[in-house]
Amino acid sequence: MIIKALSADRTISWVVASFAILAIVGLMVPNWVLNGTMFGLARGLAVLGLLVLWRTGLVSFGHALYFGLGAYAVALLEKYTGVSDVFVRLAVALATAAAVGFMLGFVLRNHRGIFFAMLSLAFSMVLYGVLIKSEALGSTDGFSVSQTTILGWQPETKYPLFLTIILTGVVAAVGMQIYFRSALGHLTTAVRDNEIRVEYLGYSVAQAIHIKYVLSAALTGAAGGLFAMALGQVDPDSMVNWTVSGELVFISILSGPGSVAAPFIGAVAFEFLRTFAFELAPHAWQLIVGGTLLGIILFLPRGLWSLIERLPMRQERDRE
Amino acid sequence: MNNAHSVLRIRDLNKSFAGIVAAKNINTDIKPGEVVGIIGANGAGKTVFVNMITGYLKPTSGLIEFEGRNITGIEPRNATHIGVSRSFQISQVFMSMTVMNNLLVAISLANRDSCSLLRPLNSPRRVRECERVMECYQLLKYRDQVAGTLAQGVRKLLDIAMAVVSKPRLLLLDEPTSGVSIDEKFDLMDIVVNALKEQGTAVLFVEHDMDIVQRYVDRIMAFYQGEIICDAPPELALRDAKVIEYVLGFRHGTEQVDDRPKEPRHA
Ligand SMILES: Nc1ncnc2c1ncn2[C@@H]1O[C@H](COP(=O)(O)OP(=O)(O)OP(=O)(O)O)[C@@H](O)[C@H]1O
Ligand SMILES: [Mg+2]
Repeated sequence: MIIKALSADRTISWVVASFAILAIVGLMVPNWVLNGTMFGLARGLAVLGLLVLWRTGLVSFGHALYFGLGAYAVALLEKYTGVSDVFVRLAVALATAAAVGFMLGFVLRNHRGIFFAMLSLAFSMVLYGVLIKSEALGSTDGFSVSQTTILGWQPETKYPLFLTIILTGVVAAVGMQIYFRSALGHLTTAVRDNEIRVEYLGYSVAQAIHIKYVLSAALTGAAGGLFAMALGQVDPDSMVNWTVSGELVFISILSGPGSVAAPFIGAVAFEFLRTFAFELAPHAWQLIVGGTLLGIILFLPRGLWSLIERLPMRQERDRE
Repeated sequence: MNNAHSVLRIRDLNKSFAGIVAAKNINTDIKPGEVVGIIGANGAGKTVFVNMITGYLKPTSGLIEFEGRNITGIEPRNATHIGVSRSFQISQVFMSMTVMNNLLVAISLANRDSCSLLRPLNSPRRVRECERVMECYQLLKYRDQVAGTLAQGVRKLLDIAMAVVSKPRLLLLDEPTSGVSIDEKFDLMDIVVNALKEQGTAVLFVEHDMDIVQRYVDRIMAFYQGEIICDAPPELALRDAKVIEYVLGFRHGTEQVDDRPKEPRHA
């Protein structure tokens, strides 16, 4: 019954099918590709979190806060309790970010536009500041994160972790698709279009934004946790610094707001773009990455996803 | 007056903005199902009055009671919950969404049960209700059109339809026909008034066009500098000396009302 309802949604069936194919491809690729894809998909999950806000008309320049919280939750959990189980790690990362998102949401829900963006940035810089000053939290070096176990089993390759990331991605993308289709999910566009009308229809705009903010934080926290597991370490500069927030916004624009699948495509593309740019021009790779973003903004204002929207087979299906 | 039978009861309502008196000692009662026209020159305080009743502006002093319950200073969303809705002088709709989705969002929020908010927006039951509303307000042919591309008059209808889906017992319409061409005004008002008659909704509507006012209202409230200078049936009110001097004498072309840039400030 539920399965049938879900597979009736084209986006959902396509997301599930694509991730399934990716899971199989993961068995055949060399390790560096597997790693890159894991980093990409984990960042994609964080960008999905940003997408919730973007559709509401809000941009956060401080989502590294939640990315970092998720990552550090995993590292500190291991340091203080020795737990390395993937599901516990994921749950703790998500819950930590959601809890902090819930608290900060009371402040952020009253701000819009540049104030929202900058306030988010300020909060993330507070965490960054605390981390680099505190020896107990690893200071500028951070910690290493031991290999992830799955229900007591210690896998020999990275593939099981890859599979976990894929599964989390599927669940998140399908969940968000269901959310975006719901009445509550349509409040994203509604709030962006006209807050006064939403209030007069009897719904609190502040509450709507708060819910979206917590959702966004939770997704990004889970992403940070997965990223830490894939990387095998946490440190402030690659997880909490403002450049990380900037990267996430960058990937959002690269991906486009058109679909819940877009963030994953954009993030994996970004990962490999950066790898190749680095190979090609170790000292000027930012130039290549920046140039790509410029090109996207000029020629694909709705991101890489608009390329997929233009595929002939999709257009046919939409015409049906 | 008999309070028990009033939907809306207003006592000594005042509002001032740094020096400007926008409402001064307003007293009135509205009965269930009554249709009341609010007239007055530009800046007379009509929109401020509507904004205070629906909680968008807090009065400086005074009392607003809806069905015997004090609603002075209520939040707009709570006003909607208890049965007071409004439309806007400048349509407030979701510009990037289709007519259908605008109404579907309105309908799902009107139901106010958070479980149903998680169901797909276009669930069959909601769509059926939406189609009924669209039919009633003659919006069916615009169903999939994006609200931002609609003609003013149609957007006004949509704005009103969105206000009505919560089945209010008091509806305030702020210049429902402004920006609508002369020949469409009566059609629009016919649609709205007929739709509301069935529900027995009390309607307060702000209007500059006296032909429209005369045709639809039971009673006229004339505003001048924040004060009600006349509150009487139309045949008396439109002959009242003060109304002729302060309202009709200054009557502006109805079309120009909308062009003033100051409007969005107070919704
Ligand atoms: N938010 C506000 N701040 C300051 N002054 C305001 C505000 N809202 C309204 N006013 C002033 O209160 C007075 C009444 O304004 P109101 O908008 O109620 O007029 P109106 O009768 O609706 O006129 P119109 O026919 O032009 O819509 C005006 O002088 C206006 O400038
Ligand atoms: Mg007005």
